[in-house]
Amino acid sequence: MRLMGRDLVALLLFAGFAAVPLLANLLQDPFLLVIATRMLAFAIAAMGLDLVLGYGALVSFGHAAYLGIGAYAVTILMRLGVYDIGLHLLAGIAAAVVFAVGTGAVSLRTRGVYFIMITLAFSQMAYFFFVSFSALGGDDGASLPQRSTLFGHDLLENDLWLFWLALGLLIGLFLVCRAIVGSRFGRVLCGARENPQRMQAIGFVPFGYQLTAYVISGAITSIAGVLLANQAEFVSPALMNWHRSGELIVMVVLGGIGTLSGAIAGAVLALLLEETLAGFTQYWKLWFGLFLVGIVLFAPGGVQGLVARIKLQIGSRR
Amino acid sequence: MSVVLSAQGLRKSYGALTVTDNLSLDLHQDELLAVIGPNGAGKTTLINQLSGQLRPDAGRVVLAGRDISDQSMAQRVHLGMARTFQITSILPGFSVLENVALAVQARSGSSFRFFRAAAGQRRLNDAAMAHLAEVDLDADAQRRAADLSHGKQRQLELAIALATDPHILLLDEPLAGTGGAEAARLVALMQRLKARHSILLIEHDMRAVFALANRIAVMVYGQIIATGTPDEIRANPRVRAAYLGQESV
Ligand SMILES: Nc1ncnc2c1ncn2[C@@H]1O[C@H](COP(=O)(O)OP(=O)(O)O)[C@@H](O)[C@H]1O
Ligand SMILES: [Mg+2]
Repeated sequence: MRLMGRDLVALLLFAGFAAVPLLANLLQDPFLLVIATRMLAFAIAAMGLDLVLGYGALVSFGHAAYLGIGAYAVTILMRLGVYDIGLHLLAGIAAAVVFAVGTGAVSLRTRGVYFIMITLAFSQMAYFFFVSFSALGGDDGASLPQRSTLFGHDLLENDLWLFWLALGLLIGLFLVCRAIVGSRFGRVLCGARENPQRMQAIGFVPFGYQLTAYVISGAITSIAGVLLANQAEFVSPALMNWHRSGELIVMVVLGGIGTLSGAIAGAVLALLLEETLAGFTQYWKLWFGLFLVGIVLFAPGGVQGLVARIKLQIGSRR
Repeated sequence: MSVVLSAQGLRKSYGALTVTDNLSLDLHQDELLAVIGPNGAGKTTLINQLSGQLRPDAGRVVLAGRDISDQSMAQRVHLGMARTFQITSILPGFSVLENVALAVQARSGSSFRFFRAAAGQRRLNDAAMAHLAEVDLDADAQRRAADLSHGKQRQLELAIALATDPHILLLDEPLAGTGGAEAARLVALMQRLKARHSILLIEHDMRAVFALANRIAVMVYGQIIATGTPDEIRANPRVRAAYLGQESV
């Protein structure tokens, strides 16, 4: 297995996360765990999005739908008396797969801006579906009676265990995504991003590969939805609002698209900025927007781009 | 000689402009057939229809006796047809080796494999390296394709086409934009290839055409106005009038 700079970034991030419980203990600040768990969930979602956005050049503006699908899987199963997190994850993934196959098959017939718009439209349909679903709380959403259980135990009621579960899932999914992008399948996906005409001319029809990637991506993002529902013990359609889809894209761009670990860094950075800026001013979104413009103008490639440039500098000085 | 690929009564129009005008043409086994003609004659449009990139308005494309008019470009690749483009078409962000390995992959086993790293697959890399050696590009295997010179990119595109293991090659102006040494290398390569492949070559470089071709077809306004050996074409008064002009060839 070849280790790359991006793996180093991922390792540092994972190590940083692993230190959070200790830090929370030292600072006597349990809220740190809450933020870190949210970061982990969004990191999973952003990484899932990066699979299609970065490796497939398919700009999905509707990935928040999968957050919602995962979260509502938890709500609905709990209403049916099913509390096990394994089943919640399975149901969320299954629903995400069904939604992704249907909407992806249609969306992938379009390109560019049309793809962006149609994925947005589908996610808004999902959003309004749950807004009008009054039994599940409609627009206001609804609290969960409890967190999911793990092998029949209510371990996850403890923020620390939920945090470790989220970190475990992130690391596991990172390894899965990393394998996928380097596989035969990943090569075809990237090839279709580079030059679809050339791909056809060597005998590939990109559609099936792109749809498969879209489905995997949606499934991964739905896992983040299951975690977010548990973290907040509350599920509302706001989770699948188009703002959220935009935020997921921002995270990927912030960290550097097509790098996986960049998406993780981007999620961390975005939530950090949100927390700190929101503490200073209610107009934090304005500052966040300016920061983003700065990144795009002065640090294209996001966090990963910066790391690569720093490595180059160090390398050339030697 | 047996016919491996034939265009039969192909027609293609864009609005009032007829770009392929009831065109019929046969490519024989292991020959190099050059199609020459002025810019805008419809040569690229012909290759697009033969390769499946473009559907003709009428007519058929027949591969070894089988009507393949309804087959997509990707399907035709699996039947043994490969092409290059007038405007170089490679995967710019991939390494040279990856470009060719992916073409090998298209013909060997399923690509719905999600976990094993493709970069480490000897079967793909060894075959790819062999094709790169064939076009004298093995020394550049690890470079990014986008960083290659234009001429080397043309060589790479040929290696990609060869990696799909074709018996028919459709080459659209492979020498366009290449310099002296690069062009000479490509001509030598085509000379080698024509022993084992049936090649339809579109080319403006008359010296290369007359050196390489077994037969030449002359195309003007979407029609083939003459077909013959290089000597016959050189002597054909209609060709001289319509295309070669005063140029001495
Ligand atoms: N997609 C298209 N739409 C309209 N006209 C086209 C299109 N493609 C080619 N043409 C026209 O068809 C003619 C033949 O083009 P082409 O096959 O590229 O010629 P050649 O390769 O012989 O130079 C040209 O006049 C060109 O402008
Ligand atoms: Mg042309």
